[in-house]
Order: sequence, then structure tokens, then C-alpha cells
Amino acid sequence: MNWLFLLNYSLHAMVPLTLTAVGEIVTETSGLFNIGLEGILLISAFAGAIGAEAGGPLVGLLVGMGVGGAFGLLFSIINTYWKGTQMVTGIGINLFAVGFVAFGLILLGSPGFHDVPTPAELPNIRTGMGGVSPMIFVALIVPFLIHWFLKRTRAGLMLKAAGEMPEAADVAGINVNLVRVLAAVFGASLAGLGGAYMSVGWLGSVTKDLSAGRGFIALACVVFSGLNPLLALLAGFIFAFFQGLAETLKTMPNKIIPWQFVSMLPYIVTLLVVSGAIGRVRFPKALGEPYKRE
Amino acid sequence: MSEPTATKESRLLRGVHKTVTGLHPVFESLLAGAVGLLIGALLMYIWGFNPWRAYIALFKGAFGDSYGWASSIARGTPLILTALTFSICLRAGMFNIGAEGQMMIGAIAAITIALFTLPSGIHTVVGLLIAAAAGAAWSIVPAILKITRGVSEVISTIMFNWIGRFLVIWLGIHVLVDPIRAEKTLTIPKAARFPVIVRGTDLTASVFMAVGVALIIYFVLWHTTVGYEVRAAGLNPTAARYGGIRNKRTMILAFLLGGATAGLAGAALVMGLPPSYAIFSSGMPNLTNMGFDGMAVAMVGRNHPIGILFAALFFGGLNAGGRVMQFYGSNPVPLEMVRVVMGAIVLAMSVPELIRLFPAVKKSVMNIVERIRNRRARAAQEVSE
Repeated sequence: MNWLFLLNYSLHAMVPLTLTAVGEIVTETSGLFNIGLEGILLISAFAGAIGAEAGGPLVGLLVGMGVGGAFGLLFSIINTYWKGTQMVTGIGINLFAVGFVAFGLILLGSPGFHDVPTPAELPNIRTGMGGVSPMIFVALIVPFLIHWFLKRTRAGLMLKAAGEMPEAADVAGINVNLVRVLAAVFGASLAGLGGAYMSVGWLGSVTKDLSAGRGFIALACVVFSGLNPLLALLAGFIFAFFQGLAETLKTMPNKIIPWQFVSMLPYIVTLLVVSGAIGRVRFPKALGEPYKRE
Repeated sequence: MSEPTATKESRLLRGVHKTVTGLHPVFESLLAGAVGLLIGALLMYIWGFNPWRAYIALFKGAFGDSYGWASSIARGTPLILTALTFSICLRAGMFNIGAEGQMMIGAIAAITIALFTLPSGIHTVVGLLIAAAAGAAWSIVPAILKITRGVSEVISTIMFNWIGRFLVIWLGIHVLVDPIRAEKTLTIPKAARFPVIVRGTDLTASVFMAVGVALIIYFVLWHTTVGYEVRAAGLNPTAARYGGIRNKRTMILAFLLGGATAGLAGAALVMGLPPSYAIFSSGMPNLTNMGFDGMAVAMVGRNHPIGILFAALFFGGLNAGGRVMQFYGSNPVPLEMVRVVMGAIVLAMSVPELIRLFPAVKKSVMNIVERIRNRRARAAQEVSE
């Protein structure tokens, strides 16, 4: 078994999971529950690829973030000011993204698959263990920054208040809905960054099923972490490791286990880990409920 | 002062009011549909298509003639069943987004009837039973994880969708493979298929099965004690528990019923939708997304079995008409546009009181206009002074 390949793959696969999960932690802390992350990853990967081809890899990443943030804005406005149903909005975003990306891929000329040309891709840093994407370092640093933000700043405390006790927060002069909108936009733009990284940096292509359940695995990371960004980083790495393991087993010459069963591995591990993690985790009291002033 | 006595007119008025408020959900669904189509039109326009002609082609293709109607109903048939999966669980207070995986498992289970022969009618029934049982079995682990470990069904059912998908691909390639054509599974024998009821179209008798299941689910949910318990648990779990309803039992029941209907959707797809009567293992084009589309149908149908029938006809029409649209004119719109419209419709559905939103928008715009006008007036005043 090629351990170096496995480690390298795991680190790359960790980036979208960790960024999405950490973003969702910020969103959930404020009291919103965005299950549209899967769709946001997909559509921002597509948008990121287009942006990168127009203006280089950094533009691509920024466009991905922007598109993710725009969907976060849509999601949060529906679910704060318009008192919407968060689950339904999330499902709508997922459906919309699947259709939109499939539609867009056809318009780009090749149904189902689009290759990002090499000059538009984010270059890897050459190291002893093969190319390493600079985004890995971003994914390693962001959880610490968010941890500091949530634990040590006044704004982080306001976020928590909006999620735990919106009534009290409102009395204390916090604009609950505005806080939630900002948190969701931030969280979704991190997911957008993760999505754009997949097409612009890591895989170098866009496919119809690019997100492959990653948005939901990121939700599982959030459950595992109990809204602690550092644990989300760990969870992201664990899930990425099993994705890497599946990829490694697939490339092994003697196919003892059929690839279909190997491909199930990350999803089975997700189930096992989540069912083990529940119970010790506590979520914000007002999570998933729109805030209505009495 | 006493209550004013109810005159004939006021009673009539109240009756009208009741009817209108009763129709309120229908209006909202229609409005959401219109908003979705509008967003689709906007996107088509941005991408350089002619949305007006595309929609004319789509709706002519879907409901323009008897062939269109037949294929719209045929495309809507599996959607009725996957929509019921989502709705039953939502009525019980859970978001089961596992219809996709349960439907695929049901479809591959239905394929197993190609392995043996039975008298024609019985063969079909056996296929349906196997598919329903397989779909229900595939939903039981998420249900148990939810009850014993508190695992969110949103996460577990999605994971099971992926596991199921890979399992079906493996079964299709290695176990139930067609010995002559390796790219697909065994074909459902002619005797076990649902008969085509409109010659020359896709429409088979599976539509009767789907409508029948919808009516049964309606009866179970609204006219039996068990159904009442399921709905009560969904409306207010705490109150239901104090009322002596065993929530865990109703949860399992909702999941099993939902899994069974999703399994039946899989059976309808392989036993009742020409021309394939089999699963193509690479990509599974005739199955993929039927479970997810069902969620859109469920929401537009207001999670009511009868509403779902109409919503499924609408979405079946979008799919059937989309097939016409993608070949129409010099610059045809790809079929995928239909799913974009579906997503937009669901997004619109997630806004409660969508109708009220429009006056709100109008009001806020008027506010801004007013403010600007005031500022201008004030500026003008200052200048004059």
C-alpha cells in the first residue's frame, strides 16, 4: 500500500470537508441549520471553474466564495426575515444546484464533465511527498481562527446568544436576524471556497456529481465536533482519510474487494462515527427555529 | 351587546371565506410554480435562450395532445410514490431524504423476478411485494439509528443513498447481470410487466398501482388510529407522548411505510416504464434523481396524498415536455433546465406565506420611494430658503 499517496490524498480531500464543516459551525452557532451545503459545494465548484478560466485561480476561488455567500444570503433571508422552513430551503438549494450545474456543463460543450485547463488551476507546492495544495494550509489555519473568534471575541458571543437564546439577545440589543444572516453568509462562503478548491485546485475538473455527498459528510463532521472547530478539523481529516483509503484500495492491482464496496467506505464510516458521537454533544437551543418577536 | 345574529348573507360570506382559505395552499403551490418557472425563464434568457418558445414547446409537449398527456402521466407515476415516502415521514415529523436509495434498492429487488417464472398476474404482484419489502428494509437502519442513537435521519438517509447506489451497481454488474449484454441487468419478463394502457406511449397500468397506493396512504393517515398517531407525533411529539402515543413505534412505522412506497417506485420504474425494463449499471439513467424529484413533488403537493397526485402530474409533465423541448427549434434548451425549475419551485415553497411577501416587497419599495421623495422635498425646501 502506498502510504504517501494515502496521506497526500487525505490532506487534499480534507480541505472541502473542513472548510464546509467549520463554516456550518458558525452558521449553526447562530441558530440556522443549512442542509443546502451539498448544492452550494457543487454550484460554487462550477462557478469557481468559470471564474478561474476567466481570471486565474485566485479569481476562481473568490468567485466560488461569492457564489457560496450569495446562496447563504438567499438561504438566511428566507429563514430569518421570511420565517421559512430551513430544511425545505436546503433541499431546494440542492435540487437547484444539481440542475443548474448539469445545465451549465451542457452549455460548456460536454455533458457531465468539464476539464479546467492547467493555467487556470491553482498550482501545487512541490514537496517530497508530491504536490501539496496551498489550500491545505488555509484549511489547517481557518479552524483555529474560528475557534478563537467563537471563544474569545464579543462578536462570537453575540453569535452564540442568537443561537441559544434569541429572546435574550434581542432584549440585549442584538439584531438576531442580522446576526444569523451574517453567520450564514460567512458559513456558505467558506463552503463556496471549499467547492471552488475542488474544481480549481484539487481535481481540476467539474462533474455532475462532484460534491458526492461531501456537503452531508461535512454536516456529519459538525455533529461529531459538537460545534468545536478544532474537532471539526479532526473529523474532516478522518473522513478524508477513509475517502483516500477507498481511492488507494481501488488502485491496488489485486482487486480482492470490488470497488463498489470500497466506495461505500467513507459513507459507512460517517454513519458509524456519527452514531458514536451523539449523546455527548449539545446543540444550540434555538437551532432550526425561526426567531419571531413576541 | 349580544353577538349579531347570523344572517343568510353573512353565513354565505363565511362559506366563501372558508372555501378561499381552504384553497389557500393550492394558490401557494401555484404561485410557487409560477415563481419557479419565472426564475427558469430568467436563467434561460441570461444564457441566451428564448424562454417563451421553450415553455411553449414544453407545455405543448406535455399537455398538448393525448400522447403528451400519456407520457406526462407515465413520468409522474414513480414520482407519486417517491413523494409519498417524503410526505409520510414529514407527517411523522422527520425529513426522510432516503427515497433515492430506497427506490434503487426496490428496483434491483424487482429485477430478481426475472430469475423465475410465475403466472403473469401473480408474477407482477410478487415483484411489487419484493420491491416494497426491500425498500422498507433499506429504510430500517436509519430508523433504528434515529431511535436508539438519535442520529439525524437527514445525514443517515443520505449516507444510505450512496451505499445503496454502490450496492445496486455491484449487484447489476456481478449478480443480476444480463448474460448477453453486460452493461445492463436482466430484463423483466414480458409476463411480469405492467401492460401498456395507451398504445404507442410509455403509459402503463403502473399508474393505477401508484394512485391506489396514494389513496391507501391517504386512508391510513387520515382515517385510522395508527395514521392519527403518526400525524399527532409529527405535529407535537411531546403532546403526543403525554397522550399515550408511542413515538418510537410511529417513527419506525413511518419509515417502513415510506421505504415500501419508495421500493414500489423502483418497481414501477423497471416493471412499468418502457422501453428498458432493466437497470443500466453505468449511471443508472432511468433511476437517478427520481427520489430527489419526489421531494419537490411532495412539497408542491403540500405533503398530502391527493395534492401529490396533481403535483406529480405537473412534474411528470415538466419531464415529458422537457424531452420535447430539448429537440425543439434551432437553439434547443437542454432537459436539465427542468431540474433547475424544480429547485427554484422548492425554494419558493420554503417561504411560508409567499403571497404575503409580494405586498411586503411592494411596501418596502414604497417606503424607499417615500423616503427619497421626502428628502428631495426637504432639499428643495432648503434651497428655496
